[in-house]
Amino acid sequence: MTDILPFFKSLLSIPGLSGYESPVARLIEDAWRPLVDELSPSRLGSVHGFKKGVGKEPRPSVMLAAHMDAIGLMVTGVEDGFLRITSIGGVDPRILPGQAVTVHTAKEDLPGVVVMPPAKHLPPGVGDGVVDIPHLFVDVGLLPSKVASLVRSGNLVSFGTEAVEMPGGIVSGHSIDNRASVAAVTLCLQELQSKSHNWDVWAAATVQEEIDYVGAYTSAFQLRPDLGIAVDTTFAKGPGANGWQTFPLGKGPTFGHGPNIHPYLHRQFKELAERLEIPYAVEIMPKSSGTDGMAMQVTAEGIPNFVLSIPIRYMHTPVEMAALKDIQRAGRLLAEFIAGLESDFMEKITWED
Amino acid sequence: MNPITPKQLALLEKLCNACAVSGDEGEVREIVLEEVKPFADEVKVDALGNVLVTKKGSGKNRLRVMLDAHMDEVGFILVSDDGEGLYGFQTVGGIDPRHLPGKPVLVGKDHAYGVIGMKPIHLAEDDEYKRKPSVDSLRIDLSPSGSAKPGDWGTFATKFKHVGPSILAKAIDDRIGVATLIELVKHAPPNIDLLAAFTVQEEVGLRGAKVAAYTFIPDLAIAIDSTPAYDLPVHDGSENHSYNTKLGLGPAIYIYNSATIDDSRLVRFLKETAETEGIPYQIRQPGGGGTDAGAIQRARAGVPVVSVSVPGRYAHSPIGLCRVDDWKHTLRLLYSSLEHMTPEMLKDNS
Repeated sequence: MTDILPFFKSLLSIPGLSGYESPVARLIEDAWRPLVDELSPSRLGSVHGFKKGVGKEPRPSVMLAAHMDAIGLMVTGVEDGFLRITSIGGVDPRILPGQAVTVHTAKEDLPGVVVMPPAKHLPPGVGDGVVDIPHLFVDVGLLPSKVASLVRSGNLVSFGTEAVEMPGGIVSGHSIDNRASVAAVTLCLQELQSKSHNWDVWAAATVQEEIDYVGAYTSAFQLRPDLGIAVDTTFAKGPGANGWQTFPLGKGPTFGHGPNIHPYLHRQFKELAERLEIPYAVEIMPKSSGTDGMAMQVTAEGIPNFVLSIPIRYMHTPVEMAALKDIQRAGRLLAEFIAGLESDFMEKITWED
Repeated sequence: MNPITPKQLALLEKLCNACAVSGDEGEVREIVLEEVKPFADEVKVDALGNVLVTKKGSGKNRLRVMLDAHMDEVGFILVSDDGEGLYGFQTVGGIDPRHLPGKPVLVGKDHAYGVIGMKPIHLAEDDEYKRKPSVDSLRIDLSPSGSAKPGDWGTFATKFKHVGPSILAKAIDDRIGVATLIELVKHAPPNIDLLAAFTVQEEVGLRGAKVAAYTFIPDLAIAIDSTPAYDLPVHDGSENHSYNTKLGLGPAIYIYNSATIDDSRLVRFLKETAETEGIPYQIRQPGGGGTDAGAIQRARAGVPVVSVSVPGRYAHSPIGLCRVDDWKHTLRLLYSSLEHMTPEMLKDNS
C-alpha cells in the first residue's frame, strides 16, 4: 500500500466548501485518473471514477460515496473593513472566536481571523455568553479601502488551520470530515489495481453532503448502482465525547447498523473484517446515519446500502483528528469487499440471517 | 528614523513565535540576551529572570531612564495527565475561555503540537452549544502517543504573518515592546543612561517590573507595551466612543488607567516631542487596564512613569493584529524623546 499521508495532507490543504468543491475535485481527479478507466463529473460537480470489472455482462456495480465538501463560512457583507459572515454547514459558533481563516476573493486568498467583538459593542446580553455567528467579524488586516475593493458578499471563508502530523500516525486539521474517506476510497482504488474484481466500481466524491446529501442523491440516480457504500467519518472517543455514539480513535473503522443499512451487507463486512483480522466496531445508527447512505438508500427503486465510518475527534472543528491506520483499514476493507463480490451476489442478498 | 527594516520585522517574528508564558520566559530571554549583549555596558539576569541592561551615556547630568517591556505572554500550564495524550490545563494570564475551543497549541520546550478540541456539535445536548465552555471542561490533546507532563507550559500555535500594512501574530503583547526596546538599546542616545528592563510575569501581576525598578533606581521610567484597540463597528451602527485606541493613529500615550496616573510632566514631554517631530500619536482613552508602570511608580521612594503602547487588536487571543506603521511611529517617538531628555524636564510639576 502506498503512503497516503502526502495526498491526505494535500486534501486537507485545499478549499472545497459545500457548493464550491471544484478545487478539491480537481485534486481528486488527478489522483484517481491513473487508477480508473473513466473519469467524469456529475451534473452537480461530483467526481465519478469508473473502474471496470471482469465479470460477464450485464455486470452489477457498486458505488462508493465519499463526500468531498467541507463546512466553512461565507462573507455576507463588509462594514468599515470588517467582514460579516454566515456559516456553510454545521459550524459550531463556540470554535470561531480567534480562529484563523482564509478568505477566498476573486483576486487572491487573504489570511484573516474571526473576531468576537467586546460585549460593550454588542446588543445587551449578547456578549456575555457564546456570541452567535451574525455578531462575529473577520479581520484580514487590510485597510478598509483595500478590503472594499477585494472582498465581496458571497466570498468563501475556509478554516486556516494547517494539516499537521502528530505522533503515532495521527493527523490533525480541518475538513478531515470527510477528506479522510476520500483518502480511504483512493487507497481502495490503489489496491484494486492488483486485484481482479467481477463487479464494476463507481468511486464517487460527492458534493454538498453537509447541506442535504445533494451529491449522493443525484450521483446515485445517475449511476444506478446495485449496491451503495457510504464512506464517512464518525465520532471518536475524546474529551466530552464518551457515550455510545463514540468509538476509539485508531482502533478500526465502524460498521453501521440500523434502518439505513442492509443487514446482509453488515454481516458480510463483519465476516470479512474477522477473516482479515482488521479491528472494527459496530456503530448503532438508530434513525439516520447522517451520511450519503441516507440518499443512496432511497434513490430510484431503492439501493441496498452500507455505511463504513472512520472515527475522528472534534468533528466539525478546525482541529479534527484522524488515525492514518483507520484510513488504511477502511481502504483495505473496501478493496477486499469489492474483490470478493461474486457475479451472483445480488441473488444471495437476503433480509434473514 | 527610517521605516521598519526587514531585519527588525524578522526579529519581531522570532520574538512572537517564541513561547514564553509568565514564569517560563526562557526562550525570549535567550533572544534578548543574544541581541543586546554586543551593545550593552552591563547585562544581568536577576533573581526573577528579568534581563537588566545598562547602556551608559557620555554627557553630563545624565538622567537615569528606565525603559520597560515585558517578555512574558498569556498562555497555558498543564495541570493533569488524563492518559492517552490528554491533559487538563489552566490559563495563565487573562485569556477569555471562549477563545480556547478548536485552537492548535504548542506545548513544552519542544513545542509539541496539540489541539484544544471541542465535543462535536452533533453531540451537544439541548442548548449546550450556547453555553460558554469552561477551562476545566477542555483538554489539550497531544494525540494518543503524545506526551508532556503537568507543569509544562503552552501557547497558541500561531505563526507570525506580515499582511499588507499589518502584523498578525500571537504575543504582540508585548513582544512588540521587547523588539522596540532592543532597538533602543542598540541605538541609545548619549545624553542619558539607558536602563532597559526586559521583565517577567507582567501578565500575572507586574512582578518583574517591581524588582527591576528597585534595582535600577531610575529618575524616570517608560513602560513600552501593546494596548487594546477596540476600534470595531458597533452593533447598531452608532459611533464607537469606547475604542481605547485605534489602529493607524500612532503610538498611544497613557494618561490615566487602573494601575497609574501617568506623570503629567512626562506625558507633556512626549506630546511636545511628537508635535515638534511631526510624529502621529494618540491618547489612550482613560480607563481600565495598566502596564508595568504601575509597579515601577511605587518602587523605593517613587518613580515618575508614563506608558507608551503600540495599539493592537485582539490581545490575549490566538491571533493579535497591529500595524507596522504604528510600531514605526512608536519607535520614532521613543527615540526622539530619549534624545531630548534633560533633568530640567522633571522640575516643572505644574
